[in-house]
Amino acid sequence: MPLNDYTIVIGLEVHAELMTKSKLFCGCSTSFGSEANSQVCPRCLGLPGTLPVLNKKAVEYAVKAGLAFDCDISKYSKFDRKNYFYPDLSKAYQISQFDQPICGKGHVEFYVGGEKKVVGINRIHLEEEAGKSVHSGATISDSEFSLEDYNRCGIPLIEIVSEPDMRSPEEARIYMETLRNILRYVAVSDCKMEEGSLRCDANISLMPKGATKYGTRTEIKNMNSFRAVQKALEYEALRHAKILDRGEKIVQETRTWDDIAGITASMRSKEEAHDYRYFPEPDLVPIVLTDEFIDDIKNGLPELPVAKFHRYVDEYELPEYDAELITADKDLAEYFEAVIANYKDYKAVSNWLMGEFMRLVNEQSVEISEIKVKPEDLAMMFTLQEKGVISSKIAKTVFEEMFHSGKDPETIVKEKGLVQISDASEIEKIVLDVIEKNPGPVAQYLDGKERVLGFLVGQVMKLSKGKANPQMANDYLRAALAKMVKN
Amino acid sequence: MEILNRSALELRDLLDKREISSRDIVEAYIKRIEAVEPRVNSFVTLTLEEALKDADRADEMIKNNTQTVLTGIPIALKDNMSTYHVKTTCCSKMLENYLPPFDATVVKLVKEAGMPILGKTNMDEFAMGSSTETSYFGPTKNPWNLDYVPGGSSGGSAASVAARETPFSLGSDTGGSIRQPAAFNGIVGIKPTYGLVSRYGVLPFASSLDQVGPFARNVADSAALLSVLAKHDSLETTSLKGPRPDYLNALGRDIKGLKVGVPKEFFIDGLNKEIEAAVKKALDALKALGAEIIDICLPHSDKALATYYLVATAECSSNMARFDGVRFGHRSENVKDSVTMFKHSRAEGFGPEVKRRIMLGTYALSAGYYDAYYLKALKVRRLIKEDFDQAFSQVDVIVTPTTPSTAFKFGEKVQDPVSMYLSDVFTTTANLAGIPALSMPAGLSSNNLPIGVQIFAPRLGEEIMLNAAFALEKALGSIGLPTLEV
Repeated sequence: MPLNDYTIVIGLEVHAELMTKSKLFCGCSTSFGSEANSQVCPRCLGLPGTLPVLNKKAVEYAVKAGLAFDCDISKYSKFDRKNYFYPDLSKAYQISQFDQPICGKGHVEFYVGGEKKVVGINRIHLEEEAGKSVHSGATISDSEFSLEDYNRCGIPLIEIVSEPDMRSPEEARIYMETLRNILRYVAVSDCKMEEGSLRCDANISLMPKGATKYGTRTEIKNMNSFRAVQKALEYEALRHAKILDRGEKIVQETRTWDDIAGITASMRSKEEAHDYRYFPEPDLVPIVLTDEFIDDIKNGLPELPVAKFHRYVDEYELPEYDAELITADKDLAEYFEAVIANYKDYKAVSNWLMGEFMRLVNEQSVEISEIKVKPEDLAMMFTLQEKGVISSKIAKTVFEEMFHSGKDPETIVKEKGLVQISDASEIEKIVLDVIEKNPGPVAQYLDGKERVLGFLVGQVMKLSKGKANPQMANDYLRAALAKMVKN
Repeated sequence: MEILNRSALELRDLLDKREISSRDIVEAYIKRIEAVEPRVNSFVTLTLEEALKDADRADEMIKNNTQTVLTGIPIALKDNMSTYHVKTTCCSKMLENYLPPFDATVVKLVKEAGMPILGKTNMDEFAMGSSTETSYFGPTKNPWNLDYVPGGSSGGSAASVAARETPFSLGSDTGGSIRQPAAFNGIVGIKPTYGLVSRYGVLPFASSLDQVGPFARNVADSAALLSVLAKHDSLETTSLKGPRPDYLNALGRDIKGLKVGVPKEFFIDGLNKEIEAAVKKALDALKALGAEIIDICLPHSDKALATYYLVATAECSSNMARFDGVRFGHRSENVKDSVTMFKHSRAEGFGPEVKRRIMLGTYALSAGYYDAYYLKALKVRRLIKEDFDQAFSQVDVIVTPTTPSTAFKFGEKVQDPVSMYLSDVFTTTANLAGIPALSMPAGLSSNNLPIGVQIFAPRLGEEIMLNAAFALEKALGSIGLPTLEV
């Protein structure tokens, strides 16, 4: 494996759309999926003479993101114009930030295979989205015409630029997942990669193990999922290694990831790179932030995943594994906290969420925020189980029904007659029935093969359609078999 | 000719006394336009029918006593100001048929004030030029002598006022585009403090320098129109906040003790002797009124033109980029893909002066040249601003010639861009420093062409500037307006 001889160096530029109601420089809606060009105005269409007016909420969100990554917040920052021609860019320049971004250096922490990793953030800057080109053919080159949709044009975006601190494609993916998690925690971006509200470009280079001078890098674009980020970087790392092994040089260029073919392909060379001719945006005054403004945002920050993780371990005594898994998703963590507000067996709740709950969430591919089961109903389900009204087995059935219909567990238990059988005579009857129908296993048990008991308990549960109180089934079966020994 | 010879404020009086109606005024100007426009060519679009309707609405306002100071007095607009569903071409093939879906803020203000809009005036293409010779629709003639240029870029606006086709017009001034044509046409033109008047909806040339201002026949009329225009605009973040005074109230104050600075740097070798004499005469008149004349230094003035042409062209190269044939404006027939659409639409849609400035600005911002050109220009710009700060710590206003020469003949400079650029040599500093300046008539040359004198004031010093101009105007007397009799 040639890769073992090299240290991989990766840095990411992550773009996240901010979930403000209106665009960065006009009042148009930012909602996704509307009819083409229905959310546009003279300003975001770049009609001549129109001027940008900065959306204060976007500034607040950018600062919030910066604070979540421990970035230095700039009290003075400014906008610049990034000039390039593209049909979806209505002004033929993007209003961005060049040399004085709103957030400076910060960092992100996460775990890779149990090891703590810290990746530096170089800067976060605020900028506007471009629109979207829709081509008549499958690709731009075999299209007869293209149409432009400017609904997205002007939506606020932050670009989070990392330091080249990542050392494997896996780290890059986990870094990106961590960014998404944190951005969702502070509620500044919905980070939906499939809708394009979270995107990234990656820079990668290789250097011989032990070296300190970075190799020539390539930039990869068009990775549309977390998996793609890792796959593309794995491919590119290997490509670099093979070239270097042959004693050849890496060409500095921008490459595009083809997810279907699983390869990267050259997009443009360094020579073909745009000269964006950045210069200060004369139509906007600089952003000047007061201490109060920054402090207010700081004080309003929610508990971030790292802090939550420690609290879950300390306060709820959850294993680190559980705490990490649950805090890795803001919605799941909030759900967990809502359930334990009404039911105090934290570990039982955690098990359920990581097990049954996530199984159904993944199976049905729904968002946690859209789940029909109310947290207090899930707490009630645990209570019913604890009180012996339902068995753990029935609980699964009840939960599935809750998940599909949104009904509360008591209603489901009543409607479906799922109340646990705890009546002694009824259980005894079933036990005797099982003993009679299973002479072989009974004989084995009586011969001393204790393990068979489990099978027999299972038969009791089966016969009772899962409603028998498992503990009682166990107890009564032992008692009945014991009687047979005596006889 | 009675109505045409009245000042706007005299018309106001007559309107309020119900001696005439706004319709009378508009009809008189329509007649005048019909008579002289074929020779002067001030307008590129006339909106005369709409103006008559505006006049009737104004008369209604007057009837209901809801009129303001300029209600019922007509105006013409430079064709770089967006007008709702009225062609706004910037006198470029690029926008030959462009109909904005909204009004620029200044247009809105003029409409709210009840001023009938007569039409859109000719200009250098995208306000780039000093003679209206770069207009796609052909040049405007100087009403004083039709063989001469009216100046530019707001040449049509200035000529329309001088030719008495309108009592008022609006222009925009990026490096002198109001003051130079005001000087060439013997009228008053004001470039206000940057941020005093809204830029929203005005097609930009250089965003950090552009400012809209009035043309009028005299100082009081120009002050009245400035009061209509000077409003904070929430659609523009560079618009200055806070209320503006009524500039008419500033006029007529005693200027005894007024400190008038005269920068020696403006009295250069190339300065026309008659202009120099006219400015000296104006200074003498101010002195006679009790003003104190003080020699001052604006040491970086000789760098202003170079600085201006870097800053302006850099911003221009970016502002002009949106004319790409995609959403509006000219699109080439010769299109294979998006790149050829951009290239051919722009090659066909822009004239040579616009192309020249786009290329200059693109170069100044390019990697490897940015520091040497654009960044250095920004530094010099700051020095020029500091020159004025320093000067205004000693004096109240600064008086200079507006232009180094009077109006020139057609074709005289258009083939030599640098000599054309030199006609802005005295005006660009005000834009670079963001301070107000005006040009007003200071006499006539021996060949009967107007001479302009320029008054600078510190930032937001419009009141003191206008009061000084008002006093000077009274002292010098009127040079009159050309008759254009056949």
